[in-house]
Amino acid sequence: MLLLQGALSGVLFGGVYSLMAVGLTLIFGVMRVVNFAHGDMMVWGMYLAFLLATGAGVDPYLAFVVCAAALFVLGFAVQRALVDRILAAPHEMQILLMLGVALVLENLALVAFGPEPTRVRSPLSEATIWLGPVFVDVARLVAFGVASALTLALYLFLFRTDLGRTMRAAADNTYGALVIGTDVRRVYAVAFGVGAACVGAAGALVAPILPFQPPTGLSLSVTSFNIVIIGGMGSLLGAFVGGLLVSVAESLGAVFLKPSLKELFSFSLLILILLVRPAGLFGRRAS
Amino acid sequence: MSALLRLEGIEAGYGDMTAVRGVSLEVRAGEIVALIGSNGAGKTTTLRAISGLIPLRGGRLELDGRRLEGATPAAIVAGGVAHVPEGRQLFPSMTVEENLWLGARTAESRRRRAETWERVVALFPRLAERRRQLAGTLSGGEQQMAAIGRALMARPRLLMLDEPSLGLAPVVVSAIFENLARINEDGVTILLVEQNVPRALRLSHRAYVLENGTIALAGESGRLLADEAIRRAYFGG
Repeated sequence: MLLLQGALSGVLFGGVYSLMAVGLTLIFGVMRVVNFAHGDMMVWGMYLAFLLATGAGVDPYLAFVVCAAALFVLGFAVQRALVDRILAAPHEMQILLMLGVALVLENLALVAFGPEPTRVRSPLSEATIWLGPVFVDVARLVAFGVASALTLALYLFLFRTDLGRTMRAAADNTYGALVIGTDVRRVYAVAFGVGAACVGAAGALVAPILPFQPPTGLSLSVTSFNIVIIGGMGSLLGAFVGGLLVSVAESLGAVFLKPSLKELFSFSLLILILLVRPAGLFGRRAS
Repeated sequence: MSALLRLEGIEAGYGDMTAVRGVSLEVRAGEIVALIGSNGAGKTTTLRAISGLIPLRGGRLELDGRRLEGATPAAIVAGGVAHVPEGRQLFPSMTVEENLWLGARTAESRRRRAETWERVVALFPRLAERRRQLAGTLSGGEQQMAAIGRALMARPRLLMLDEPSLGLAPVVVSAIFENLARINEDGVTILLVEQNVPRALRLSHRAYVLENGTIALAGESGRLLADEAIRRAYFGG
């Protein structure tokens, strides 16, 4: 029963992990840059939800729209102002730049909000529903529903709209996209914006569930990388499935070991999957 | 006759290397012009410079009398030039249909996408059969058809092709060249870069021979093909 409860909580929280990882894998897939500031961007989504809740009384389950839009602008600007300059640079340069962005975002959050853990109250976050022997946390259920809907919306955007198809084309063959007259710089900036918007929304959705503080960003970044590597770098489906798997692994780890050791399970999962499938679950081998 | 495309003394290259030095040529509306020459003569570089894929280091580039030096690839495509690049450069993990649809980038070509698609698949029925297949799984000939189809979706006035026969069986090349003639009859001007010199000369109205980054010879294709001395000097036959 404990197993069932743990798995259920894991799956429900996994929706948010999936959304977060989908954003990271989109950015990587399109421009081959790893966004080391991903978790810190997400923390800013959380603080924005916090500000909207405390300042304007907006419930985080509505505020996610504003947070996504704000993070889109941030991502777009970071790409245009910084990332665009290092696209052709060696990987270590890109890592340094993105780590720099992460440090700036984290320390700005420290200056603005201080180091204490924060949590956003929502009327939903206290409610639970009993489903036979297991209970469902309503906040997690809503977060799962919204995050899954957003992931589906992103999928539809990428596969059913001209801009989305263009983004996939630029990811598939950048030179080919240039040849047919694509404004690749704009596509890159939009892709970075959309990837950041994913964590903006994800941040707002977990703000009532997960207490956070500025350094939370690092662990969220690490979790995102873990998921994306498990799923296969650049694979959207992989990021989605990987998000659920990692979340379930962490949830079971918290139940059977102790909460502070939950990452033991998810990183063991990573090692296990890399041993069996070095390119990740849905990854294609580099050709 | 007025020139649709005019190059005057263009220079282009990569890094320290100048691959094209002072190339001048013109393509008139309705023509098929072949650009031939040995490997490394600067044919691909010339096409890439026209498309804005590499910067011009000098010279004039005019499309319909409008100066286009320094224009982005997107602006060149919007100006009516579509480029079928060397190696086709399709989007391998997207479907044939998606590849072609992506070729329509301007507002006008997007609006008439369904109509253009019908025209393209009338030329290349194979693309309709393969529409849901991933481009990366096509045969070489089918990939070349898809690349030409994708360029046609832009509804270009000038179609530039870089080695469309490369790596394809002769019968497939014949089919593709027949279609290039039909595309031209439909009113699309063509600039063809090709290593298969006899075929290129038979298809084209005029030809330029590039040698070491400059135009060594130019003239009507039929005369170039007929001239024994030229054949021996340039085409190894």
